[in-house]
Amino acid sequence: MMDVERLETILTQYEGYPQDLIPILQDIQDQYHYLPKDELKVVAQRLNVPLTKVYSVATFYKMFSLVPKGRHELRVCLGTTCHLKGGQRLLESVSSHLGIEPGYTTADMQFSLETVGCLGSCAQAPVMMVDDKYYARMTIDKVTKVLKLYKE
Amino acid sequence: MPKIESVDHLTEYRRQIRAQRDPKQQQVLVCSGPGCLPLGSTEVAQAFQEEMQAKGLQGKVILKSTGCHGLCAHGVRVLLRPQEIAYEKVTPEDVPEVVETSLIGGKVVERLVYQDPVSGQTAVHKSEVPFYQGQKPLVLRKLDEIDPESLDDYLVVGGYRTMRKVLFKMSPEEVIDAVERSGLRGRGGAGFLTGRKWRLCRQVPGEMKFVICNGDEGDPGAFMDRAVMEGDPHAIIEGMIVGGYAIGAHQGYIYVRHEYPLAVKRLTQAVAQAREFGLLGNNILRSGFDFDIKISQGSGAFVCGEETALIASIEGNIGEPMPRPPYPAQKGLFGMPTVINNVETWANVPEIINMGAEWFAALGTEKSKGTKVFSLVGAVNHTGLVEVPMGTTLRQIIFELGGGIPGGREFKAVQTGGPSGGCIPKQFLDLPVDYDSLQEVGSIMGSGGMIVMDTTSCMVDVARYFISFLFEESCGKCTPCREGLRQLLNILNDITSGEGKEEHISLMEEICTTMASASLCGLGQSAANPVLTTLKYFRAEYEAHIRDKKCPALVCRPLLTYTIDPEACTACLACVRECPVGAISGPKKEAQRIDQDICIKCGRCHDVCQFEAIKVE
Amino acid sequence: MEEVGLLINGIYLKVPQGYTLLQAAQQLGVDIPTLCYHPELPSEGNCRLCVVEIGEHPRTRLVNSCTYPVEPGLNVQTHSEKVLQARRITLELLLARAPKAKLIQELAAEMGIHESRFKSEDPYELCILCGLCVRTCREIVGVSAISMANRTPGKLVTTPFLEPSDACIGCGSCAFVCPTEVIPYIEKDGKRIIWGREFELVRCNICGNYIAPMAQLEHWAKLTGEPVEHYFVCRDCR
Ligand SMILES: Cc1cc2nc3c(=O)[nH]c(=O)nc-3n(C[C@H](O)[C@H](O)[C@H](O)COP(=O)(O)O)c2cc1C
Ligand code: SF4
Ligand code: SF4
Ligand code: SF4
Ligand code: SF4
Ligand code: FES
Ligand code: FES
Ligand code: FES
Repeated sequence: MMDVERLETILTQYEGYPQDLIPILQDIQDQYHYLPKDELKVVAQRLNVPLTKVYSVATFYKMFSLVPKGRHELRVCLGTTCHLKGGQRLLESVSSHLGIEPGYTTADMQFSLETVGCLGSCAQAPVMMVDDKYYARMTIDKVTKVLKLYKE
Repeated sequence: MPKIESVDHLTEYRRQIRAQRDPKQQQVLVCSGPGCLPLGSTEVAQAFQEEMQAKGLQGKVILKSTGCHGLCAHGVRVLLRPQEIAYEKVTPEDVPEVVETSLIGGKVVERLVYQDPVSGQTAVHKSEVPFYQGQKPLVLRKLDEIDPESLDDYLVVGGYRTMRKVLFKMSPEEVIDAVERSGLRGRGGAGFLTGRKWRLCRQVPGEMKFVICNGDEGDPGAFMDRAVMEGDPHAIIEGMIVGGYAIGAHQGYIYVRHEYPLAVKRLTQAVAQAREFGLLGNNILRSGFDFDIKISQGSGAFVCGEETALIASIEGNIGEPMPRPPYPAQKGLFGMPTVINNVETWANVPEIINMGAEWFAALGTEKSKGTKVFSLVGAVNHTGLVEVPMGTTLRQIIFELGGGIPGGREFKAVQTGGPSGGCIPKQFLDLPVDYDSLQEVGSIMGSGGMIVMDTTSCMVDVARYFISFLFEESCGKCTPCREGLRQLLNILNDITSGEGKEEHISLMEEICTTMASASLCGLGQSAANPVLTTLKYFRAEYEAHIRDKKCPALVCRPLLTYTIDPEACTACLACVRECPVGAISGPKKEAQRIDQDICIKCGRCHDVCQFEAIKVE
Repeated sequence: MEEVGLLINGIYLKVPQGYTLLQAAQQLGVDIPTLCYHPELPSEGNCRLCVVEIGEHPRTRLVNSCTYPVEPGLNVQTHSEKVLQARRITLELLLARAPKAKLIQELAAEMGIHESRFKSEDPYELCILCGLCVRTCREIVGVSAISMANRTPGKLVTTPFLEPSDACIGCGSCAFVCPTEVIPYIEKDGKRIIWGREFELVRCNICGNYIAPMAQLEHWAKLTGEPVEHYFVCRDCR
């Protein structure tokens, strides 16, 4: 069931112009960790924009997901510097530790794994981020340690 | 903070806070920039706080978290002012000694200062560190000095002085003249003359106009805009007020990518402060000029750095570029005339007006004036941010400031201009860097990323990497870019996995030519650069992949063989545990073997072996 | 109306200000191939087939003629070697994308391309992502029931969530405008099926022939302000 109140709290912060669409979706993504279909339909109605517009925006931007994401979002940088410094291997190691491919979420809904273009901390490549925290100069043997911090 | 109502009030307020500050007072400036933050700068600052409290120094010593100090490779950096003592690689454990020896004892902690890796010579003061010599910081000047969350700090160093001058002493035309005479060119990529862009927009009739700051910084390997947004947000705001006044806009937007949460926070805070203080809003300082700024966040799309896509994104649409003309200066945000400039461009504006166009134009080369910030990363010792006059050579940047290539390896190429820039080989190391010279060798300035590569990088893999990045990021609107990238990626995947054919090279050249000439936006038009430059300067490497099925740099994994050197193997079994397919086995306590039929060439055994027993060919 | 003089393939002509290069070329009788252009729709410059070369040698560049406005004195080449090469590769790329699309096969053959040298990822793909259907549904029909989704790797035309759309009125305009006839449109036994949704067709009160889905008649009624019953009689019987 849709949590009407939760969505309303987000919607009331906006005036309801079409250009509020992306900020609203960002808020929903941040709070729900994905964009639920029913909520998107309400957003379309409220902003008086076609549902197609909401759907195309939701599938265009990498930040948005139509399927639920895990509690912790793990982002492995595959920017140029990180690529040259072994980002791909770091990703493979994280991926095999969690047992999921990038773009997916663990069955217990604890972790989602994503790749990202550059986190802007290239001086310390390879870099990964868990939620809002950066992990610099990552090595394969640090992966277990970092993941442990977030496991229940 | 009081609400400032007039110019005199601003002058008075500035005088007051200056009077309260003693330039001789001891300051501890902890870098919390993009490089030091993930190394634990928050913890270091916290440790200072606690230690100073314990030693009764609170109130006597000022502790600040600042923006990037530049030499990120040696973070966490701590600067002591007024002595200018520069400490490096500081950890929370080092803090008690710094407090005791330096803050209380007035001496230097020798083990925390810069040491030359070759000569062993040390440098205590910032100005003696080779990395900082030869730099000319204008945009980065305040980053290791001010607390970016404090408007007072910005005011103390002369902030909003330019805004005042512009609003009360200059006509919009005079402002545009000055920017035009300074020769400032856009720092976001194409290098268009900023003054000319402003003039075009001013000339378009219209009551409602906009200015936009492009803080999307999507180029992987680039973080100078992030450092400025996080470290000196008011400089951007001040630049935008000046620009808004010049073209007749009353609303500005700052578009920041959401991958930079701290930049979003700092900018939001700075805008709120400026508004509260009376520097944004209606009738600023009773000048009659209204101007305000909104922050708009990106949602993860590289193409939104392109100006028409960025505008579409602010309007709430997908980030698909539109054909120009009309240019944003004619018909931009919400259909209104709009000036869009890069973060670094805006941050240059206050100083140009303040110091004068001629002062700025005296720096740099004939057609590229002023300085440029580069993020120097990759295979270079001193990774970090450098700001040098235009025309500084690649060799100076990479070897003198950057300290050369780590591990004594050989320089191979430097990649400038982001994913659609080019790879510049050794023979151009003495190239003076400016917009035009980079273009001549097949690359671009882009926003200033400079990624150094040594002999461990495979140039075919580098091309494949950029093409796959761009394929993921291309919006898919136009045929040459969408389908061209798809086919380039197919071909490069073939080549790097041993399926390359001779005709692939000319096929790629044909695709590249059409993408460059016929794509709709800059993404597709420049996407061919990494392929074209590597084909031009490193063709032998392509040929080795295609003809001999070999990757000379040992990067393309399908072309490699992993074996274990029985002499070196200590039977620690680390690799056995790491191998995802169980290809490694052997008798207990004896050298292990890799079964080549099972091995998927992931290379993870190689990464975990502490004894260098895994050989790659 | 003000006129602008320009050169197309060396011939000087005057056209009304605001014309696109494509319109100007058409006025001259020069044929420029297009795929995503439709005179009734706003142009977006998607397919890039209509590119022409503008400017003075050696500083020339390609622009898409369907949106580029005429400029006084502009020198335009519609069939230079540079233009033809770009069109050839663009068509060859499209042929790899949609190998069975008739229109693409024909256009490619006209330029001497009978087979693409590039890999075909999906031999059954027909859509060339020209966006005509999306614009027709949005601008002419006025309901916006379909749109593009995703970026380059998985870009496609679809209804939201790949589900039958409530907004679609079953008019079939998207299927009619599609140059490669991708959109399945079935009309049979008083039913019309499009975009996975089945519409009952309303019969004419007089002759009994099928007219259109109810949703479409209601949409017409809403646009014109007439009562919906007004449309229960087909055009022939009115
Ligand atoms: C694909 C693409 C990405 C771009 N990304 C950025 C960016 O991240 N930041 C930026 O300032 N400009 C970027 N640009 C350039 C902008 O389109 C625009 O030229 C620039 O913001 C203008 O500002 P300037 O004149 O101050 O450089 C990009 C261009 C393209 C084609
Ligand atoms: S060149 Fe690429 S990114 Fe630009 S409009 Fe075309 S498909 Fe989109
Ligand atoms: S990790 Fe190295 S030393 Fe240990 S078993 Fe494997 S090859 Fe031998
Ligand atoms: S059939 Fe549906 S999707 Fe197609 S044009 Fe008509 S309303 Fe739009
Ligand atoms: S379905 Fe047809 S009209 Fe629509 S984009 Fe594809 S090819 Fe064009
Ligand atoms: S490339 Fe990974 S942080 Fe920039
Ligand atoms: S972030 Fe600390 S020196 Fe760059
Ligand atoms: S017809 Fe002009 S771009 Fe398609």
